[in-house]
Amino acid sequence: MTALVRLQGIRRDFRVGDQVVHALDGIDLAVETGEYLAITGPSGSGKSTLLNVIGLLDRPTAGRYELRGEDVTLLSDEQQAAVRNRTIGFVFQFFHLVPRLTAQENVELPMLLAGIAPEERAGRAAAVLDRLGLADRRHHRPDQLSGGQRQRVAIARATVMQPALILADEPTGNLDTHSGAEVIGILEQLNAEGITLIVVTHDTGIAGRARRRVHIVDGAIQSDRARDPAHGETG
Amino acid sequence: MARPADVAAFALGALRGYRLRTLLMLVAMGIGVAAVVVLTALGEGARRYVADSFASLGTHLLIVLPGRAETRGGVPTTLMGETPRDLTLDDARALLRSRHIRRIAPISVGGSVVSWRARQRDSIVLGTSADFLAIRRWSMRRGRFLPRGELDAAEPVCIIGETVRRELFGVTPALGRWLRIGEYRFRVIGILASSGRSIGVDTQELVIIPVASAQAIFNNPSLFRIIVEARSREDIPRAKADILRIIRARHQGEEDITVITQDAVLATFDRIFRALTLAVGGIAAISLGVAGILIMNVMLVAVTQRRPEIGLLKALGATPRTILLLFLAEAALLSSAGAGLGLVVGQAGSWAVRLGFPVLPAYAPWWASLAGVLVAVGTGTLFSLLPARRAARLDPVAALARR
Ligand SMILES: Nc1ncnc2c1ncn2[C@@H]1O[C@H](COP(=O)(O)OP(=O)(O)O)[C@@H](O)[C@H]1O
Ligand SMILES: [Mg+2]
Repeated sequence: MTALVRLQGIRRDFRVGDQVVHALDGIDLAVETGEYLAITGPSGSGKSTLLNVIGLLDRPTAGRYELRGEDVTLLSDEQQAAVRNRTIGFVFQFFHLVPRLTAQENVELPMLLAGIAPEERAGRAAAVLDRLGLADRRHHRPDQLSGGQRQRVAIARATVMQPALILADEPTGNLDTHSGAEVIGILEQLNAEGITLIVVTHDTGIAGRARRRVHIVDGAIQSDRARDPAHGETG
Repeated sequence: MARPADVAAFALGALRGYRLRTLLMLVAMGIGVAAVVVLTALGEGARRYVADSFASLGTHLLIVLPGRAETRGGVPTTLMGETPRDLTLDDARALLRSRHIRRIAPISVGGSVVSWRARQRDSIVLGTSADFLAIRRWSMRRGRFLPRGELDAAEPVCIIGETVRRELFGVTPALGRWLRIGEYRFRVIGILASSGRSIGVDTQELVIIPVASAQAIFNNPSLFRIIVEARSREDIPRAKADILRIIRARHQGEEDITVITQDAVLATFDRIFRALTLAVGGIAAISLGVAGILIMNVMLVAVTQRRPEIGLLKALGATPRTILLLFLAEAALLSSAGAGLGLVVGQAGSWAVRLGFPVLPAYAPWWASLAGVLVAVGTGTLFSLLPARRAARLDPVAALARR
């Protein structure tokens, strides 16, 4: 079976003045469908950059990236946008809801961009919000919602297109412990239903729950361990 | 790919989300379009005012002047050692031979002191014939106009305008009284009604006498001009040809007169005022260009303000093209609404002008309103191309980054 995500020798350099920062310094990583992966590492180690490359928000300076066996670095901007729309769901630390839109409208956005008809959009968005316990918050705007509720709206938006992959960058970074646990619970539930989940976090508690943990230092993978009850942790 | 209706709705939502910005741009666009509408309405109003004034002179008129206004063969006739021949009463009479000419009125004009008993005033004295009244479409307040008869009958009768009557006679009835014009005495047989609009002459200050009398008073056998009325509008060119032919025959083959047709004069005025309307409309359109630049700036600010939103849309799968369309739709909606607003304000302004100056038919020509709206929507959208491109090219990672 081909991996969902396969990175080979991925490098991402940033030029800052006349210095070059190697944010990603030769990453090799394969993620199978259905996996639950935590990416950890100190601040500035390249976690977000890696997630952005996987999410096709950023193009690597060098290396090969196959998504479901297809080399996606060769795709045009338009084609990459289509892949993001259908295959990848993002959850951000700062939620990134459009402030003037209601919860329902925010969740409808990816479907709107896909050209799905309004009636179908409304039904699907309502169903997903319902599932995440936000049925009575559908017509609230983000500023009328708590942090935990906002992140749940964002998760609803990330899942409404039924993507293969959810990428979450510090999804609990802006939440209290209780809401954070709730959000992680929802993400894990989605993973249990088959969606591949990659979470960037520096919360060791959350990282410990993932079935696989990739630790990055200075843009390179320092350790890649599975938490497998049968075989124990491997390096 | 997002549906057009969704793109429009999303853009509309964004406009509603930033009310002050939206209002500002609406006002800028509105002022521009309103200026185009009102200014062209003024220009068009002036044009129509002049056209109507000409129509009130009478229809299908030709004016015959002594002397040639043009040059021929590169040499002006006045340089050929000849002063133009007089235009005489016999010339005028001869014109009636043309079957394309309905009637004529010879005109001899001069200024003179007009007096009754101790009162006197300077007046324009116009010598003409009975048909003048019908040709100019004037009417009488009291009494009658010049009697029909031979053109060279110098009867001592006159018709006076209202101002002349008031100043000379006051409350005394004027009809039948004898007044003096220079050395001659004339009996007042009629008083002119003050006609509506008329170019160049104030009927109220006129004294009208038979043309032969005027020639005697001013001691000048040459006519000032002859007003000719053609049988119909279609007869004007043939009437003109006849006039030239008849006078040439009478003047030993010299074409020493000028014939002005009312149409030609009107056409000239028409051209002048149309050019004027275009010019003021064009100047007003410049304000639309300024509004366009304003829109560009405001859209640039909007793109900067909404970087996270743009980044998010990209993350959710918006193509650069979709982002471009979203911002262009915003600008197009905004400038359309602004143009609509301007159209309404402009029409209201034109209406106010008509209310304030009832003689001025200040209606904006439809092409000016259309052009105003098109230029507004065009510049608004065009000037937003740069900001929209910038949004479309935004790097989503940088746009989403919090700083
Ligand atoms: N747009 C950028 N320009 C320059 N340097 C950047 C840019 N983005 C990230 N970096 C650098 O790349 C490194 C990795 O950043 P990041 O992936 O955000 O780290 P993390 O998410 O692990 O904190 C850091 O040193 C950061 O300063
Ligand atoms: Mg980060």
